[in-house]
Amino acid sequence: MRELLRHAWLIARKDLQLEFRSRTALASAFVFTALVLVIFEHGRDPTAVPTIDLAPSILWVTFSFAAMLGLNRAFQAELENQALDGLLLSPISRTSLFWGKLGANLVFVALVQVVGVLLFILFFNVPVWRVWLPFLLVCALATVGFIAVGTLFSAMVVRTRFAELMLPVLLLPFLLPPLIAAVAITVQLFAGRPLSESGGWLRLLAGYDLAFVSLTTLLFPATVTE
Amino acid sequence: MTLAQRGRWITIGALMLLAGIYVRALRFTPVELTQGPAQKIFYLHVPAAWSAMLSMGLVGLASILFLIMKDARLDRFAAASAEVGTVFCCVMLTTGPLWARPIWGTWWTWDARLTLTLMLFFLFIGYQVLRGAVTDPRLRANYAAVVGICGLILLPFIHLSVYLFRTLHPMPIVLKPSAPSLPPEMLVTLLLSFGVFTLLYVGFVMQRYALGEGGSDA
Repeated sequence: MRELLRHAWLIARKDLQLEFRSRTALASAFVFTALVLVIFEHGRDPTAVPTIDLAPSILWVTFSFAAMLGLNRAFQAELENQALDGLLLSPISRTSLFWGKLGANLVFVALVQVVGVLLFILFFNVPVWRVWLPFLLVCALATVGFIAVGTLFSAMVVRTRFAELMLPVLLLPFLLPPLIAAVAITVQLFAGRPLSESGGWLRLLAGYDLAFVSLTTLLFPATVTE
Repeated sequence: MTLAQRGRWITIGALMLLAGIYVRALRFTPVELTQGPAQKIFYLHVPAAWSAMLSMGLVGLASILFLIMKDARLDRFAAASAEVGTVFCCVMLTTGPLWARPIWGTWWTWDARLTLTLMLFFLFIGYQVLRGAVTDPRLRANYAAVVGICGLILLPFIHLSVYLFRTLHPMPIVLKPSAPSLPPEMLVTLLLSFGVFTLLYVGFVMQRYALGEGGSDA
């Protein structure tokens, strides 16, 4: 187990190092997040819809679109010079490889979410900091399962035609349950209700994460057979 | 007789039986008190939904077995089942709004079951788009199996999440803890229709499977 995690960490570190050196995906994700927030602000009538009513949807739509950008990146880099074959030949288990990729993706999405929330507070004046701890928990729970499925699918779609288009088509149905739950909890939190009132949603998110993290870990070896 | 021919005969038989179901539904089954004749679409809508769910269930099952046994026939069956499932999904998604308009006063509502079936439709589409985008047959079979299994696991979560959210769809009337709350004539018509739609599924899948046997199946 320790070995497994150590190898996963090595993979994740490699990916993140690559990303921090080039910063292409990260920079575009930040700009994209900012743009989506700006578009949302101008796509509503502020006299008709109060910000607080729209805020949870704006936040989660932004997060999910930005996450999608990062996911395509995960295995794209491994295509060059057949780097994936190298990884598969190295004495690292497939599970470690998957967890490493998943970890790197989660860090990527978390960074985008941090910047997204800061911009969101700045642009929309929603006091997120009053509920920062439960909000952090919801973000984490809603992101993990969805990114696990996304990481698995991105390993497949990079080797198909129309890779960039394929990922959203496959992934959006999987986004629905965590998105609905995250928005529902965020509505409650922003309205000043305690987290304990959203017990059903939290259980749903936890169940989703558990089911899909284990399922994707099991299925990943089938996607990298060659 | 080849598989395709047998499939065709089963389909023809099932279509004739379907016509029989409608004779029975229109002539010999009572008109529902509050919904009137609009309720007659129920004998088409619910069994189509059943066949679509059956298709997805069998796609998932065939996918699991494929990853274990690596038998190309399972992959071919999953492809056939997904394609047929898409057709049944279309039937369900067209008959549903036709019924909902006079009864609910709206074509569509974001209810648990409606959202679930729409997502099922998207899953089928995504599954087939993916199959079309991979050229290597072995890779395609593996990828499709992975999506098939994930899709099967996803459906209960979608249902649960939308169910927690809101629901307007009529509650289950046959498969529920207490006895079915349909009058016996309606129940018999519905059950017969379930049988016919299952037969249609078998007939369609046999033909589609036979088409894929050439090896150029996508």
